Amino acid sequence: MVETRLQVEALEGWYGESHVLHGASFTVRRGEVVTLLGRNGAGKTSTMRALAGIMRKRKGRAVFDGNELLTTPPHRVARLGLGFVPEERGIFSSLTVRENLMLPPVVRSGGWSIQDIHELFPNLKGRDTTIGTRLSGGEQQMLAMARILRTGCDFILLDEPTEGLAPVIVEHIGHALVKLKEKGITVLLVEQNLNFARSVADRHYVMEQGRIIDEIDNGSLSSHMDKLNRYLGI
Amino acid sequence: MTELFGVPIAVLSGQVMIGLINGSFYALLSLGLAIIFGLLNVINFAHGAFYMLGAFVSWGLLTYGGVGYWPSLVLTPLIVGALGAVFERTMLRRLYGLDHLFSLLLTFGLALALEGIFRWVYGAGGKSYPVPASLQGVYNLGFMVLPIYRAWVIVASLVVCLLAWVVIEKTPLGARLRAATENPKLVTAFGINVPLMLTLTYAAGVGLAGLAGVMAAPIYQVSPNMGSSLIIIVFAVVVIGGMGSIMGSIVTGLMLGVLESLTKVFFPTASAITVFIVMILVLLMRPAGLFGKDK
Amino acid sequence: MAHRYRDFRPELMSAPWRYSLLVLAIAVALLAPLAVYPLFLVKVLCFMLFAAALNLVLGFAGLLSLGHAAFFGGAAYAFAQSAKIWGWPFELSLLFGVVAGGALGFVFGLIAIRRQGIYFTMITLALAQMVYFLAIQAPFTGGEDGIQNVPRGTLLGLLDLRDTNTLYYVVLVIVVACLLLIRRTVHSPFGHILGAIRENETRVTSLGLNVSRYKLLAFTLSAALSGLAGALKASAFQLATLNDVSWHISGEVVLMVLIGGIGTLWGPLFGAIFVVMIGHVLATSGLPVSLVVGVVFMACVMLFRRGFYGETIDYLRRNLIRSTNAAGNSGH
Repeated sequence: MVETRLQVEALEGWYGESHVLHGASFTVRRGEVVTLLGRNGAGKTSTMRALAGIMRKRKGRAVFDGNELLTTPPHRVARLGLGFVPEERGIFSSLTVRENLMLPPVVRSGGWSIQDIHELFPNLKGRDTTIGTRLSGGEQQMLAMARILRTGCDFILLDEPTEGLAPVIVEHIGHALVKLKEKGITVLLVEQNLNFARSVADRHYVMEQGRIIDEIDNGSLSSHMDKLNRYLGI
Repeated sequence: MTELFGVPIAVLSGQVMIGLINGSFYALLSLGLAIIFGLLNVINFAHGAFYMLGAFVSWGLLTYGGVGYWPSLVLTPLIVGALGAVFERTMLRRLYGLDHLFSLLLTFGLALALEGIFRWVYGAGGKSYPVPASLQGVYNLGFMVLPIYRAWVIVASLVVCLLAWVVIEKTPLGARLRAATENPKLVTAFGINVPLMLTLTYAAGVGLAGLAGVMAAPIYQVSPNMGSSLIIIVFAVVVIGGMGSIMGSIVTGLMLGVLESLTKVFFPTASAITVFIVMILVLLMRPAGLFGKDK
Repeated sequence: MAHRYRDFRPELMSAPWRYSLLVLAIAVALLAPLAVYPLFLVKVLCFMLFAAALNLVLGFAGLLSLGHAAFFGGAAYAFAQSAKIWGWPFELSLLFGVVAGGALGFVFGLIAIRRQGIYFTMITLALAQMVYFLAIQAPFTGGEDGIQNVPRGTLLGLLDLRDTNTLYYVVLVIVVACLLLIRRTVHSPFGHILGAIRENETRVTSLGLNVSRYKLLAFTLSAALSGLAGALKASAFQLATLNDVSWHISGEVVLMVLIGGIGTLWGPLFGAIFVVMIGHVLATSGLPVSLVVGVVFMACVMLFRRGFYGETIDYLRRNLIRSTNAAGNSGH
């Protein structure tokens, strides 16, 4: 049995007064790529934000490597080795590419060197002094992933990395994800693009109205397509 | 040539220098205001009071402790900054989630209280602070006589302003500051202790005001109301420059100091209101301010 | 459930209670000169009007002005100038004060409304400081001495205002009339639009309303009423001074509103009584007013942001909800 790294139980969450997570439960094991699938507003991004500590009003349990995330001060979450790549990438417009890359503090050894990063994402090479938000959407996505890899986090919350990107860039990101996996990095992925999700993931959870309503193994995905299409409203 | 526009060069250059001195203080204070506002979203009304506090602390260090100007230049900003940090931790922090109005009113109250305390203890009159021995005397530049201490104040403030600019724009620490200004939650999720950063930023901002107070002590009288009369002008400077740019604050501060001083030569009665007139003109023509980025 | 809330604003006290309190307030207002020095009462009344006028923009339109001393003090100068130097009668001088305050407010508003939030506040403060500097230098203000020995005159040639009791009742009538006007304004459609601007300015703009015009109108009205307060104070004390235009006064009147309860009709009146009394008590103590005012300010912001009146109302409201809930539960 592979070790469980993240165990989420009955996670609830609120944006101000509005209750968006209604008891989501799921697990992620070491070295896996696990996706959260679901329609818009199902609570996928909210789940990520609740785990990363950006959503503050939460209930339930989320145990990460033996640490309770919900009681960890938000700035200590990353120190546990949990890296966050947000939806919309979160590249800072007042920082250069280099500054964006160097912004998150290194949390443990084993982080990627600049060389490793440039090898994986050659587009970022030679762009150090460019303003972060002047990069193309795909390059910004690469930068957002690269800056987390540099910190040594080995569990990554990756929220919609392919959103709005051209197919060739999506392929590049997929390729990078496979590389990460080979290096033993665990990924919790939110994805709308089902083809992309099935090309990289081990397992899928389906969310609806702030809960997990189904779990599907990637291997048996093709036999569950009807059901999945119904869930996703495709 | 000894006259320009019918005014002796010596008078004119003397006024420019007074303008640069006032402008240096405007720049130092508006810089601190801008840094604090950028990250904390708080208009620090007490900024002038911390400047006054700086002058009094250095006067007190000298009078009661025999601590001279040079050590005071380092000690005073640290003391003022520490007091600022305590204030941020114990009070200001609790208001972050609320309407801006409340943090403004809290710092307004603090300004009144600090001014009141010093007036109570030391009276409304001014205390004089001697120019340090090493900076006494004058340079004779031929067309004017330049007191060494005043030259020092202009140079030192400029250096401090530029240092602050370099730290914010060019260092990793500054990058964190800029990032936290943009998106504090994400920066927190990256493992950076943003609440601590807020405290240190507030401390640094008011520390700069304290430093300005030390430098001002030998030039102006050290008096309880020296802060409040200055801070209102600095607010006008901030409205003119906009708080979006650090360099903008520095340049606007110096520019207005000189402009105000030159007005004194040509229209003596209008000198006190020059900055406000410029503010009105800028608001009418360019409401966001000269360097403003906000809506 | 719904039957518990017949009205959106349930009455917090039963009608007999409210009427008794109102009668009590009227009785106190009418009989106060028997117990308290009338000139002090007039001062309280002036600041009540001033605070209520500021609250019109601060509480009901969400605009924090730190420049209202300019209207208050400016109108005081206008009153003193017209009554003493030009020899105008009381009513006309008073009107001149109102016009001066309103005109200044209109100009301030035109400039300050170009920016929002804290910038608005800083601009009002800076403009008022400019008025202060002008007052120092202008020939007619009398510099540090101010304009002294301003005659009070008579009201419509009938009532001699040199009698402080008469003065008190005249000022009482004027101030109460203005408070009723403010109350009427707040509950009018105009007042509701101001409230909407305070809550969400963009949405009001998107409804096609000209937000700036409403703000400007409210600001001018507030300034005119502040001017009336300043003119009344100048008539009562026969004096217009620099102190009335200083930023400390702007701060004190904000404190009155804050301590009483921002956005409540009665709060600023209590706040005015409280702050004027602080000043009165401290006058003989040697403790600087600004120290105490500053500390009260901080305590108020930290501990009871809704103010005395606001917190009391809130307490009553919670009580009411609790008792209605209890009644509802026992009834079922």
